Order: sequence, then C-alpha cells, then structure tokens
Amino acid sequence: MIIENTYMKKFLHNNGRALGSMGYFILLMLVFLIGAPEVWLRPNLHQSVFVMMPTLLFMVIPLVFLVASGEIDLSFASTYALASYVFVLLIKAGLDPFLCFIVGVLTGGLVGAVVGAIIVFGRLSSLVASLGVLFLIRGFLFVSTNSRSITIMEVDTHWMYPLLVGKLYGFPVQVIWAAIFLIFCYYLFNKHVFGIHIQHVGDNYVSASQMGINVNAVKIKAFMFVGIGAAIAGIFTTLITYTFFPTQGFGYLLLALAAVFIGGTPYWGGLGTIIGALFGVGVIAYMEIGVIAVGMSGTWRQFFNGLIILLALLGHRLHGDRVR
Amino acid sequence: MNKIIELKNVTKRFGGITALNSASLHVNKGEVVGLIGDNGAGKSTLIKTLVGVYSPDDGDIYIRGEKVVNWSSLKARISGIETVFQDRALCPQQSIVWNIFMGKELTYPFGFIREKEQIREANRLIREIGFTSKLIDAESPVGNLSGGERQGVAIARAIYNKAELIILDEPTTALSLNETQKVFDFVNNVKKTERSVLFIGHNIFHVFDISDRFVILDRGEVVHQLNKDEVSSPEKLIKIMKDTVSKH
Repeated sequence: MIIENTYMKKFLHNNGRALGSMGYFILLMLVFLIGAPEVWLRPNLHQSVFVMMPTLLFMVIPLVFLVASGEIDLSFASTYALASYVFVLLIKAGLDPFLCFIVGVLTGGLVGAVVGAIIVFGRLSSLVASLGVLFLIRGFLFVSTNSRSITIMEVDTHWMYPLLVGKLYGFPVQVIWAAIFLIFCYYLFNKHVFGIHIQHVGDNYVSASQMGINVNAVKIKAFMFVGIGAAIAGIFTTLITYTFFPTQGFGYLLLALAAVFIGGTPYWGGLGTIIGALFGVGVIAYMEIGVIAVGMSGTWRQFFNGLIILLALLGHRLHGDRVR
Repeated sequence: MNKIIELKNVTKRFGGITALNSASLHVNKGEVVGLIGDNGAGKSTLIKTLVGVYSPDDGDIYIRGEKVVNWSSLKARISGIETVFQDRALCPQQSIVWNIFMGKELTYPFGFIREKEQIREANRLIREIGFTSKLIDAESPVGNLSGGERQGVAIARAIYNKAELIILDEPTTALSLNETQKVFDFVNNVKKTERSVLFIGHNIFHVFDISDRFVILDRGEVVHQLNKDEVSSPEKLIKIMKDTVSKH
C-alpha cells in the first residue's frame, strides 16, 4: 500500500504541473464544446489552430528551457522578425532558399548568444536587458525596411516549401515538424545533460557551479536556443504568408510567455514542463479563435486570456511553493 | 610522504580584504587533516580556493606534485577531489539521483543520461549511507529531506566518485548526535581505504577525535601545524590554539 502511495505521489510530483495544464485545456475545450457544439465539431476551425500552434510551439518550448534556467527573454519576439528579415533579404539576393533558411536560423542563434552574453557577463537583469534588445532590434527593422513589407512569392516553387510548410493530405506539414521538435525537446529537457544542467542552474546556481557546471555557458546556450526557436517560428510564418513585415512577431510576445506559465513552468527556475507547455500553447491557440467561435465579439479575447492566466496560476499553486 | 594536494603561499583578496595571506597546506595520502580556526579565520575561503571555486590572486596549487593552471571546480572533481560543502551544494527541487550525479552524470554518447543505471547506483548509495525509510528512494526530491539526510546525499555524491581526497566543510553543523556519529563512521571508513579526508570544523572535540594532523588557521594565515601525537587531549589542542592565535 505504501509503495503504491509513494508511486502515486512521485507521479504527481513529477507530472503534476503538466497534468494541471492538461486539465485547463480539457476544461476550456468543454466550455467551448458546450457553448458552440456545431461550430466546434467543424474540422476547419481546428485547422486554423494547427496553423498557429506550431509557430507558438517553436517559441514557447525553448522559453521553458530558459525560464527553468532562472532567466527570461523578451527579445525573442524581435529575433523572430530579424531572422525572417535576413531570410527574405537573402532570398531576394537570389540565394538558394534552403541556405537562406539555415542562415536565418543561425541568425536567431547568434542574436540569442549575444543577448545571453550581455546579460550573463554584464550581470544584468534578463527582463530589463532583453526588453532593451526587443526595442533595439524592432527599431532597426523599422528603420532599415522603411516600415515596408517584403513578399517572397518565388519560394513557392522550391523543393523546401512543401517539405516545411506544405500540405500532406490536407494536413499542414509544419504540425509534423512541431511534433518532432516537441518530442526532441522532451528528451533534451528530461534525459539529456543540457536540460538537466539547465534545471540545476535554475534551482541553485551556486551549487551547480560548485559541482563544476559552467553556469554562464549553460545560460548562454539557453538564450541561444530561444533565439533559434524564434527564428524557426518567424521563417515558418514568413513562408506560410509569403510575406515579411517589420511588425511581425510582436503580437506573440505576451501570448508565448503566457503559454509558458499556463503550461505550469514556474517563474522561479529549476523546474519546467515540456508537455505542460504543449497544453499551454493549446489553451492560448484555442482561446484566440474559441471566443469568436462561441459567438462572442473578438474584443473579449484579451479579457479571457487574462482570466485564464490568473486561474491557471492559482491552480498551479496547488503544487506548492518553491522548495528550499 | 605522498602529497595528494598542496597549496603554496596562496593569497586571496576580496576587494580590500585579504581573506587568505600566503597560506600553505597539504594533505598526504591516507591521512585525515583537521583544519581548525575561529569564525572568519578563512577556513571556507581556503577550501573554496583549494577546490577551484575561487581562483587565488597569488600562490600555486599542486596535485600529486604537479603544478596546475586554470584550476576549476570541474578540474578538481576530475582530479579525484570531492567536497561536501557547508551549504551542501544541493538543488532542493530536484531528485536525490540528479543531485548525486550533478555535474558528473553518467551518459551515453551525445550526452543522453543513463537513467536506469543512475537510479540503481543512487539507490545503492543512499542505503549504504544509512537511509532506512521506505518512503525515500533515489527519485524523491531533496527538498523533502531533513538536514541530516541532505548531508547524506552530499556525502553519497562524494563517495560515488571514488575520490582520493574528500573535503568535509563543517559536516557536523546542525546535525543530531546520531547523525554526527554517522559522519565519523564515514570518515573512519574512508581512512581504512587509504583515501584522505580534510575535515573542517570549529567544534574542536569533533575534529580531535578523527584527525591525524591539525592545521590552525587565523586571520587568513596558517599559524600552526601539529600531529596528533604531539597533543594529548582536545583541551590541550584548544589551549595551543588560543596561545598561537593570541601571539599572532
């Protein structure tokens, strides 16, 4: 009996936060299902969610790593656009789109490394410093593009296009990429030295450093990962819409952060959940369209987003405070 | 004698304060050295410099007779030096197994963790160290453990790596009598296997019982060293300590 008891306890301890966010997701689906069953059963509604979810997942999951390391980044919303900008510029210069894709993603990693290094070596608050970078990059984009958007219809015929963002039997291929990314990150976070060191550093960086973990390197790598994720998200969106526009990604800033916390990753570091983040993204993505689907005006959307963030945080309190 | 580690004339400053002033210390193979001194004498700074947490401003460190450069915590651990820090250096939100293998995980190629092996080893270690509760196993979070049990996890980490030198920084602080006895048993076991211990404490009675040699530190300087056969009781040691410190 005791063994069963501890097994359950352990299971809840390890997965409680992920189960919690799964609970919110199911609850939200039920509310919408009861509110507008006929709309909710229509497949094209879910398809539009499937377009938004991969983009959010590429941003949110790396953020889970970063938040678990005890830091935060806001600049990812601008890195998203900068990587797309580099991508479209190279396309316009006539380079092979696949090469452009690689360079775009590397740009994201580079921006992340620079942001991380400034924060770690300058001993700056990651919240404030990354806010600065957020505006800095966005400002640069407005100036250099003269606030104009750029279209890249030419990528349509390249082999990479259907492989990355095409349709497979009517199903968006980017969902498969996001699923692969999700599974990879699950193992990276829970079963790989990279993820485990991130959690050690976020839990107690003094202990981690005393045990020989290079705390600064771990944090900079986490920032790089966020940059890479944002770059992938940005380029995917640019490919889907064939357009780069300088305000791109700004709308995702708060939604992506909300998804991290609704997903059950606490702000204090040392803990995080990839599966929880998936449900966090689900909640945010469905909320965006669900409010309208149930027949309410779109102006209610932010109100409900706010409400669910507060409810989710209160719910996650059940898993207790930070243990010291 | 076979010196495992030696510090020669090491100086460490924090701003205008000199925490260590040309301190020298060595530990021989198979001996237990007791490092004693009052609060603020520089014991913890000396240990942290020894194991690479702080880098010295001046002086040299030798491992088995060879001078080391760019000394770091990781290098110390790779060289066979494990430390049980005063604050125990644990991550309380994480499991016992993750704490035991922190920084020295068992991995497959490409850095993936050998999870089952780690859990099996951690379970064996915590039984060895004397965890008897059925409610605690390798996957329990450290945050749920008592002070003595947390100390046990820190010690388990040190013994797993088969270190040649184990440094215990104030290991008996805040422990019950029973738990303190366990720490002593542990030190005696290590000694039997020809490994060395550097034991730091300000409870002279504890240090006296288990050490072969004593090193007295005062205001960042090593002021006296003596073997156990030169002093007959802890009271005598306390007197010697007081005399050397007041002369210093």
